[in-house]
Amino acid sequence: MSYTSQDNAGISSGVKNACKDIFKCMQCGVCSGSCPSGRHTSLNIRKLVRKAARNSDVIREEELWMCTTCYNCQERCPRNIDIVDAVLGIRTLAAHEGIMHSEHRKVSELLLEHGHAVPIDEENRKNRVEIGLEELPETVHKYPEELEEIKTLLSSCGFDRLLGKKRKGSLKRK
Amino acid sequence: MKGLTIFLGCLIPNRYPGIEMATRLCLAKLDIDFVDLEGASCCPAPGVFRSFDEPTWLAVAARNIVLSETLQRDILTICNGCFASLADANQILKSEPQLREKTNEHLAKLGKEFKGNVEVRHIIEYLYKDVGIDNIRSHLDKTLDLRVAVHYGCHLLKPSRSRGLGAFERPEFFDELIECLGATSVDYPDKMECCGAGGGVRSALKDDSLKMADHKLSRIKEANIDCIVNACPFCHMQLDAGQEEIRQKTGTDYNIPVLHYTQLLGLAMGFPAEMLGIDRNVTINKDFIEKIERILLSEEME
Repeated sequence: MSYTSQDNAGISSGVKNACKDIFKCMQCGVCSGSCPSGRHTSLNIRKLVRKAARNSDVIREEELWMCTTCYNCQERCPRNIDIVDAVLGIRTLAAHEGIMHSEHRKVSELLLEHGHAVPIDEENRKNRVEIGLEELPETVHKYPEELEEIKTLLSSCGFDRLLGKKRKGSLKRK
Repeated sequence: MKGLTIFLGCLIPNRYPGIEMATRLCLAKLDIDFVDLEGASCCPAPGVFRSFDEPTWLAVAARNIVLSETLQRDILTICNGCFASLADANQILKSEPQLREKTNEHLAKLGKEFKGNVEVRHIIEYLYKDVGIDNIRSHLDKTLDLRVAVHYGCHLLKPSRSRGLGAFERPEFFDELIECLGATSVDYPDKMECCGAGGGVRSALKDDSLKMADHKLSRIKEANIDCIVNACPFCHMQLDAGQEEIRQKTGTDYNIPVLHYTQLLGLAMGFPAEMLGIDRNVTINKDFIEKIERILLSEEME
């Protein structure tokens, strides 16, 4: 895995743009202290966002994906820094570099194919009928022409191409 | 009152259809004007899709909103994740002309256009603000003498500047909706803490995700309650199916029943547990089912 300096500059400015508020950070640690994930995982949100302001390598951090986007950090930040929005921005840069968990790729492929991140299965077709509902809900599952619209839309947005991107780096696992 | 479309999302119709049935029964009993949002898709789920590519997330959410705009009805969501995606996207597209224009370029390929003339509601805030506690009370048949651990879930309340439901630290409106059914909303440590499912953590980092659920469940267990009540099928799945996953991993068997608010409301309206899908969870607590059957067999409230 290697980056050209041009790649690095692009990612670096992208990361900085996603975290432009970070220079307001006084490292008080309220964000980390409020983080439910950080109580149980290796995520240190204070360190992660601080690192993002100076090092584009942050896009490969495993911790980036441990945030449940619960917004506690952002709500409590005394400097009003949009921390979760920064995390989402860095994740986007990672995904566009092809760095994504295989499970997230799978969920995205389900959206492309079925219009749902969690499509219906046989068991729940049966469950629905047994409790008195129609076998298929009133969603794209029941209306194939509407599903075609989703496919057109995802293609128009380039989401299919995003998933087809070759992975340029791997997640750093600790 | 302007009518509503109900937005089912993915998990409710495809994994917990009992919540869909409960919602339909409760809305009908409350005489609320609602229709299905035919042809709706995934909201799309904010955790992964907003992370991966915001323009895609906006476009798919916008299409769902446009379906409701065509019917000239506000959208009712029954899931915190769907609420987060649709309400946030609606707000962004209404206030940022450039993003709206870009999104409409994609939608034009479907012959659709986002106009920005409907609102996105969450069933909990809708019941509290528009239907009202007294009105709900007048539609009840049973008093639910239950001790309940309420779980608000993150995206119902946060980011608070977008939600407009007041401070997220100690909200009370969901507790009030539970107590108006005759139940007690029991306070417990870390009540406002995340279930651990959101942000794509449950799908990609299951073990980490379950550590958060385990912590939350252990606090709830200590509070000596009859059931958990939530406002989101993703929290529901994490707290329900998660119990079995934790049992297999650690041997801890919490055996706590988990209900979406619409299922609890359905019980108080006198609908049987099996009609509401309460017996179709992964975690089934027989004592709880017997307890609610006794309540449902008891005489109607005066």
